[in-house]
Amino acid sequence: MAQRAVAIAPRWPGAAAAALVLVLTIGTLAAVGWRAAWQGGLTPADWAAVRFTVIQALVSAGLSVLLAIPVARALARRQFRGRAALITLMGAPFLLPVVVAVIGLLAVFGRAGMVNSALAWLGLPAISIFGFHGVVLAHVFFNVPLAIRLILQGWLSIPAERFRLAASLNAPVGRLLEWPMLRAVVPGVFLVIFLICLTSFAVALTLGGGPRATTVELAIYQALRFDFDLGRAALLACVQFGLCVVAAAIVWRMSLVDAMGAGLDRTVQRWDLRWPVLDYLMIGLVAVFLFTPLGMVVWRGVPGLALLPAEVWAAAGRSVIVAVASALLCTSMALALALRGGRMVAITGVLPLAASGLVVGTGAFLLVYPLINPARLALPVTVLVNAVLALPFALRAIGQAVAGVERDFARLGASLGLSRWGWVGIVVLPRIRRPLGFGAGLAAALSMGDLGVITLFAGEAQQTLPLAMYRLMGAYRMEAAAGAALVLLALSLAAFWICDQGGRGNADL
Amino acid sequence: MQKSIYLPLVAGFALCASGTSAQTPVLQVMTYDSFVSEWGPGPAIAAAFEQTCGCDLQFIGTGDGAALLARLQLEGPRTEADIVLGLDTNLIAAARETGLFAPHRVTADLDLPITWDDPEFLPFDWGYFAFVGNAGAEAPISLRALADSDIRIVIQDPRSSTPGLGLLMWVKTAYPDSAAELWADLADNIVTVTPGWSEAYGLFLEGEADAVLSYTTSPAYHLIAEEDDSKVAWAFDEGHYMQVEVAAKVAGTDQPELADQFLAFMVSDAFQSIIPETNWMYPAVVPEGGLPAGFETLITPATALLLSPEEAAAIRDVALDEWRNALSQ
Repeated sequence: MAQRAVAIAPRWPGAAAAALVLVLTIGTLAAVGWRAAWQGGLTPADWAAVRFTVIQALVSAGLSVLLAIPVARALARRQFRGRAALITLMGAPFLLPVVVAVIGLLAVFGRAGMVNSALAWLGLPAISIFGFHGVVLAHVFFNVPLAIRLILQGWLSIPAERFRLAASLNAPVGRLLEWPMLRAVVPGVFLVIFLICLTSFAVALTLGGGPRATTVELAIYQALRFDFDLGRAALLACVQFGLCVVAAAIVWRMSLVDAMGAGLDRTVQRWDLRWPVLDYLMIGLVAVFLFTPLGMVVWRGVPGLALLPAEVWAAAGRSVIVAVASALLCTSMALALALRGGRMVAITGVLPLAASGLVVGTGAFLLVYPLINPARLALPVTVLVNAVLALPFALRAIGQAVAGVERDFARLGASLGLSRWGWVGIVVLPRIRRPLGFGAGLAAALSMGDLGVITLFAGEAQQTLPLAMYRLMGAYRMEAAAGAALVLLALSLAAFWICDQGGRGNADL
Repeated sequence: MQKSIYLPLVAGFALCASGTSAQTPVLQVMTYDSFVSEWGPGPAIAAAFEQTCGCDLQFIGTGDGAALLARLQLEGPRTEADIVLGLDTNLIAAARETGLFAPHRVTADLDLPITWDDPEFLPFDWGYFAFVGNAGAEAPISLRALADSDIRIVIQDPRSSTPGLGLLMWVKTAYPDSAAELWADLADNIVTVTPGWSEAYGLFLEGEADAVLSYTTSPAYHLIAEEDDSKVAWAFDEGHYMQVEVAAKVAGTDQPELADQFLAFMVSDAFQSIIPETNWMYPAVVPEGGLPAGFETLITPATALLLSPEEAAAIRDVALDEWRNALSQ
């Protein structure tokens, strides 16, 4: 976090947002712990789950980032037709509900999938997707797009003037400009993905091949659902938070702060573009890896579209409302937190990543239940919880941009005597439209696919699209469910695309 | 900025302020999710009951059977539910321990392959667990034969799914002293373990496995709803473990008469005739018209296995450890 020269933005909205995050993360955990009948601590099996969880998260996050860096670099350096569409589409895996994405992955890497069909045709032995490598593969599939987007933003935030200067001095761009940017950006991206994988549940279990692949989140699920052991669930949730804090502390030690001076928002021109083939090869490979499973989701979903009952479309409408509300709330909170700045805010910004969706849902239920029938609050709570769970992503995108604006323009703003709201409206907002739109898009798409909180609260009338899809699967109607999955994919992408475009405006990305 | 924080909340509240009039009495039935869904028995059952009860039947749907019990435990004695419907025998002991349930006082001639005399929990449907595979493919004749074969199966996690827990009990009942060995031999047959039934069944239909743990009644869905006779359940020599799904009256209900009326309705023809083709299970009382055409093609296991709720609760942790150790090698 940059030390600001003068405090010029209003501070209370940030405090309010931080308080809301704390209530929904630590507060819900406390509510669960409060209700717990404490009996005994963690078992050896729990510690085995912790070990597996950490190792798979480290490997998944490491691979995602390693793969994302050259692709982000290639995308930052090259201009070509369809680049903007490609970048938008690349966000898709991250936005998909897990069940849908796993079906897409299996269509490619599964026993009857494309890869194995090709191997069989070549007379080679089949590969199995199930096991540790399957978990990592799925996590990389989910998170590479996010890593690419976040790192790409780092690249695009290097001012054009520096490339110009480097070119005129014939100085090495990589060592002087790109490496410091990566030092600043990559640890944070690694942390985010590490934490996402840390709380993984369905991916790890479905593709992990058995109880070896037990994650902490599954242990929490078991404690809450089958054993009704709230104490153990709360303990495990504390372990997750502990891991989060340790990881965050390490990462912040490694991060560097950029201190090279401001630019004038000119379009970046590059003079160091050798080896175009390598860049396009990287982009092509990642596109194939990401888009083939998505293509299979579309392919399988089309026949199911005709089978969708009217109820599913109503559910889709409800999901859209939830997504819009959640996006508004999430970006407002992210902006408020980013403007406030400081380490405490940075911590509240990553806390939701380490929160167990189940514990948050259960805690919220316990908090709400004495006051009002939870079924009445199903949609508002879904909006609220999803806004908070998506907050870290929005904050990652917005926070860096706001810090940059403050670093570069705060003195100017102060010397012009801008009011606090004027500073936000005139200087900050126009400069962070791109990350703001990105954050809103992420929040909208993520809450569109939510299947965590809603299952705990929903009554008869509040069915959302993912819930409808899951109910179709539960009623043997796999083909119709595939249709619903396609609708969900299309809506999530559309929500993301609209926000992202709106934010991009005429900026030259 | 305050506005944008405030507006969605208001919109959300306005959205879900549902208008139920306080005139007709309301009976709240808490049940699992797939029961409530448009494709489950819920809507038809609500319509049928509301014709006679002069009441409004509302469902509270929540996850699966285990989630249902957890939800009830979260709510405790202050729960608004009048009836809890959808627990199975593996969950009954824990449910009884909550002390939240009242005796049901319904006497009905149940068509279960076992005797049932639980004072609180009344069955509404039942089924046999079975592995479902493709017709014409190699079909093992026992759990042991399956473990010795190279057949690839997908099962559910007993820690997060009721069928998964059912398989755990099945193995433990069929092989009380050598369950661990059987699991060790099964380990190389298991493609993966999924969190719930839907994922596992989906994987099987996608061709990821030769068979999936489901019910003997699963082929009936494909036969009746899709006119597809390519799915079969394997009959096993050791017998098949049963799932009996039950409902009970919440002791603290504010609608005791309606709740009694519902439980009596539950074992009547009107309710029971809806079950086979929506929940794809056997009705607890076979309706007058018999079972739907297609059900006669299903396998009928010679031996029905079922532990009492108390036995099931007692061996669960041991069985779970055996399972985990065998599959973690």
